[in-house]
Amino acid sequence: MIQFRNVSKIYPQAGAALDDVSFHLRKGEFAFLTGASGAGKTTVLQLVHMQKRPTRGVVRVSRFSSDRIRRREIPQLRRRVGVVFQDFRLLDRLTAAENVGFALKVTGTQRRKIAPQVQKLLGQVGLAARAGAKPTELSGGEQQRVAIARALATQPVVLLADEPTGNLDERAKNGVVDLFRAINAAGTAVLMATHDAELIRRHPEIRVLELEHGALVYDSEMREGAA
Amino acid sequence: MSALGEAATGLRRSPLLGSLAVAAIGFSLFIIGLFALTSYNIHMALTSAESRVEVVAYLDDDAGVERIQLARGEIGGFPEVDSVRFVSKTEALVNASNQLTEFSDVFSDLDINPLPASLEIRLLPGYRTPEHVTAVADRVALYPFVEDIQFGLDWVNQLHRLRRVAGGTAMVLGGAFALVAVLLIGTAVRMWVLARAREIDIMYTVGASEAYIRRPYLVEGLVTGLLGGLLALALTLGIYFLVSRVLFQIAWIPDLWVISGVGAGGLIGCLAAARAIRRELRAIHAV
Repeated sequence: MIQFRNVSKIYPQAGAALDDVSFHLRKGEFAFLTGASGAGKTTVLQLVHMQKRPTRGVVRVSRFSSDRIRRREIPQLRRRVGVVFQDFRLLDRLTAAENVGFALKVTGTQRRKIAPQVQKLLGQVGLAARAGAKPTELSGGEQQRVAIARALATQPVVLLADEPTGNLDERAKNGVVDLFRAINAAGTAVLMATHDAELIRRHPEIRVLELEHGALVYDSEMREGAA
Repeated sequence: MSALGEAATGLRRSPLLGSLAVAAIGFSLFIIGLFALTSYNIHMALTSAESRVEVVAYLDDDAGVERIQLARGEIGGFPEVDSVRFVSKTEALVNASNQLTEFSDVFSDLDINPLPASLEIRLLPGYRTPEHVTAVADRVALYPFVEDIQFGLDWVNQLHRLRRVAGGTAMVLGGAFALVAVLLIGTAVRMWVLARAREIDIMYTVGASEAYIRRPYLVEGLVTGLLGGLLALALTLGIYFLVSRVLFQIAWIPDLWVISGVGAGGLIGCLAAARAIRRELRAIHAV
């Protein structure tokens, strides 16, 4: 599904963001990606999404490989990889339904199929009743659910989440994590970047990948394997 | 249809820049339109004038009929020559007295006819240019019984020169305005992209293709360019009516030129937008 093989990312001015990172996230797996700010979590997600290319090593996502993918193939990859951000990134002038429909429209879904699919996606995240509300009329948790529904619009095989609970209160945070677990249970792999240690402690069943200064210093799966 | 709607939204969002870009393209094509109008009318005048261009070879009185007939046959065989007509001394005198009626008494009282016989040589279409006329005249002048040669080409030369000067000026001015138009469209596209940066970012994130993202901007450039082309057409038409009514009747340029001009506006707009969007999108979403 997602494979990092000896991946380094070095910026000309800022230096190394990732240093020789290797891990494998299998199909349908859920993992937390943790570490302090600047540890390299966002860089990992950007590499999976192919917003950036590694300086050394190879990133493989599904059938796409960072050393062979062509520019025009990147949109195909991104339809297989849903992304959720801490700041939701919704369009304020559109309603919740239109925000989700926007993703379907710009990826070429037939017009007549958009409305039923939007309804289904909003139902999946528990927001069917708020379809007509604009982002400014929604709570943080609700906005994040709209963003998740949008990320699921293209039926991705993996969902990337970059600090998705960072702007949420405790109740909303739990609701979003429960939603991720439900999505994962339905077969979509989830890689969630977070520095919320408490959240990770509450879910010991979820794999943890920890980064420190760009290096992968801990992988709970490896520890279990070693034990 | 969707791209057209997005394009209309873009133009509504920055009407000032859009209008400036339309005006710049309009003026650049207006300059070229003026040149086209001038050039076409000079071309019409040249065609009309050139159809009357002929080389007249005045002959010695003692040239002899046989030698003249022989030369007439030879000159008629030149590839540039359409026809050769012999005008006798008598015919020349009759023509002169008919054309200059105020001197008819003088002509009728003459004891001897002072006018020479001549060969009036008409050239084929395509050979009525200064170069060919001069070449034919030079060859005809080689006949020893040809006393003088005349061909009224000075003003044809002037028309040719005028057309070249008008063309050069229009190209320089039109090119300068076109460059300004390209820069303005580039700025307009940059504004449109900045105004929609979040939308574009989401499009990239969810997997919209580059072509889909670029399309509205290319349509915006195309529409801006076509509007500029139509503005140029309106301005050129205005000048055409003004000159025709106030100064003298001139001919309107052919439809194909009009379509090409407006189309050129669309092309300039589209290419300028393509150049700008390429750069701007890479800045937003470098891979």
